[in-house]
Amino acid sequence: MPRTLQVREALNEALAEEMERDERVFVMGEEVGHYQGAYKVTRGLLERFGPRRVWDTPINEGGFAGIGIGAAMVGLRPVIEFMTFNFSLVAFDQIVNNAAKIRQMSAGRLSVPIVFRGGGGAARMLAAQHSQATEPYYAHVPGLKVVVPSTPAEYKGLLKASIRDDNPVVFIESELMYGAKGEVPDGEYVIPLGVADVKRPGTDCTVVSWGRILHTALEAAEVLAKEHGIECEVVDPRTLRPLDEQAIFASVRKTNRCVVVHEGWRYGGVGAEVVDRVQSSCFDWLDAPVERVCNVDVPQPYARELEELVLPSVERVVDAVRRASYR
Amino acid sequence: MSDAEATAPTLDEMRSFYREMLLQRRFEEAAARVYTQGKIGGFCHLYIGQEAVGTGAIRALRPDDYVVTAYRDHGHALSKGSSSRAVMAELFGRSTGTSQGLGGSMHLFDVDRGLLGGYGIVGGHVPLAAGVAFASKYRGDGRVTLCFMGDGAVNQGVFFEAMQLASLWSLPVVFIVENNLYAMGTPLSMQTPVEDISLKAVPFGMDRDRFEDRDVFEVRRRVGRAVDRAREEGRPTFLEVLTYRYRGHSMSDPARYRTKEEVEERRLRDPLLFLEQRIKDAGAGGDLAAIEESVAAEVEDALEFAENSPPPDPEVATRFVYA
Ligand SMILES: Cc1ncc(C[n+]2csc(CCOP(=O)(O)OP(=O)(O)O)c2C)c(N)n1
Ligand SMILES: [Mg+2]
Repeated sequence: MPRTLQVREALNEALAEEMERDERVFVMGEEVGHYQGAYKVTRGLLERFGPRRVWDTPINEGGFAGIGIGAAMVGLRPVIEFMTFNFSLVAFDQIVNNAAKIRQMSAGRLSVPIVFRGGGGAARMLAAQHSQATEPYYAHVPGLKVVVPSTPAEYKGLLKASIRDDNPVVFIESELMYGAKGEVPDGEYVIPLGVADVKRPGTDCTVVSWGRILHTALEAAEVLAKEHGIECEVVDPRTLRPLDEQAIFASVRKTNRCVVVHEGWRYGGVGAEVVDRVQSSCFDWLDAPVERVCNVDVPQPYARELEELVLPSVERVVDAVRRASYR
Repeated sequence: MSDAEATAPTLDEMRSFYREMLLQRRFEEAAARVYTQGKIGGFCHLYIGQEAVGTGAIRALRPDDYVVTAYRDHGHALSKGSSSRAVMAELFGRSTGTSQGLGGSMHLFDVDRGLLGGYGIVGGHVPLAAGVAFASKYRGDGRVTLCFMGDGAVNQGVFFEAMQLASLWSLPVVFIVENNLYAMGTPLSMQTPVEDISLKAVPFGMDRDRFEDRDVFEVRRRVGRAVDRAREEGRPTFLEVLTYRYRGHSMSDPARYRTKEEVEERRLRDPLLFLEQRIKDAGAGGDLAAIEESVAAEVEDALEFAENSPPPDPEVATRFVYA
């Protein structure tokens, strides 16, 4: 019997189950222990597993990211929590120059089975430094896997898969979705990385989207169906690296149109990668240029009205799909 | 290492330490030669002059202890037991190298011998060492991690973070700054307002020590104390070893920022010569020629091995990216 859980509860279950299953798994980060997590994702873990498995750190991202990587190199399986992914940029060197490259530099003799997780993307009125999509930085890097889930069930199944993966995984949650609810299956399950999911079937236009903003795309799809008679097929890659391009191609070859909707900037964004792959592999199937709906190209403003303006909206998605559909 | 406190080395030890240091010196002299012929590429940082630090320090370890280091890593790899063939082949970028040609001079890894890498981002590897030590503490495996770094690394933010966490969490790690007085062309005085680098341990409540590299056995003894502290008490130590590199920062650096006289003066205090004299004083000077010969043969063999090894398959470039 599926239960209704919040995202934070789904994540908490994933952590607890994996810590129970594998003694090498431990959690480390700011406020993850005594405070129970800045977003309460790690609630109860210190009590249940003790301080050896749940490490409160100082404000020391470069240091503890590096410590996690070192521990992973010799076989532990750290789950490093960034209070938010904005602060992962302090540890960027550790993630990009160490975690992602140690396997290559050691010719496969060392692996780095580590998960970096935490909230990312837009938050509410947190302004430029605390409200941004960091996934394109990490998706750029071979050696990393990048996961951006969108439903509670997927948060759980994908986090479990990430912890079991032998590679460094950047697992970016939505700061605005920790309280979002959804059905989560009972019992043990894992959702493999690199497999897309069709969130809404349709025949007229493919919409590729992930993370929190996927829900905006789904809303737009309903509007388009009701008011314009356009049936969108919404494809959620769930993992940005590796990217399940075949699932995207299959949909585009059916609908002959494609719109990519994501948070973060257009310039060099993950959407550009999707568009490139679609144009080079589905050229003969396309009936219109591929559209992108992204953040406006500015650091996130503070004011609510401006914030709304900058993020992809239902209206902008509707417009883009109509353009791509010539309707 | 319990015998680390023993002051007078045996003649056998002297010969063995001497061979190890001489091998590093001759190995790198050969590497420098073939570098200028284009057989080795990229950045190539020689350890010549600093051999007593790595040799003495690594001799204070157990074979199953770990070493994490920076890009000036040839000597450390040889001391940790990597074969001169595999290291030379890595410098040549050949399939038989320590990382099958994927790492090169700056990224020597030899996992079976506990060498967990040479790293090229100054200071970036310091938290990795703390993390490896964290794993030892977590598992209670009794291993110690030795982390080498240059005097330039101690100005990085991540260095302080790693020191802070190592001390806070009592990790079995020994940090060693090889203070060769320069970070590339920048003298120490232009890098840090405090000449005594070991003082950087103070704000973290960490034990510290500071000494010269002149006598490789003294290096072993002093590092040995820190290793014992890490293994027995689970406490980290910060060591500053005063040393000098005779060559430029890398093969492309003519080192014009210091005078010939300065280098000549330092060469007179060469730890290798010091040990040589000690062996002579012990009446075993007659053994030196044979050691020199066997080292020359080993280096020649390594060069030949590297030269005759095939380049890596193109497929190797992509084989290891993901587990
Ligand atoms: C973060 C970073 N900044 C700059 C460099 C360029 N660089 C390479 S080595 C070096 C000097 C480091 O000197 P030191 O730490 O004293 O080590 P040594 O070369 O003397 O062994 C610099 C500036 C780098 N590799 N990484
Ligand atoms: Mg230096």
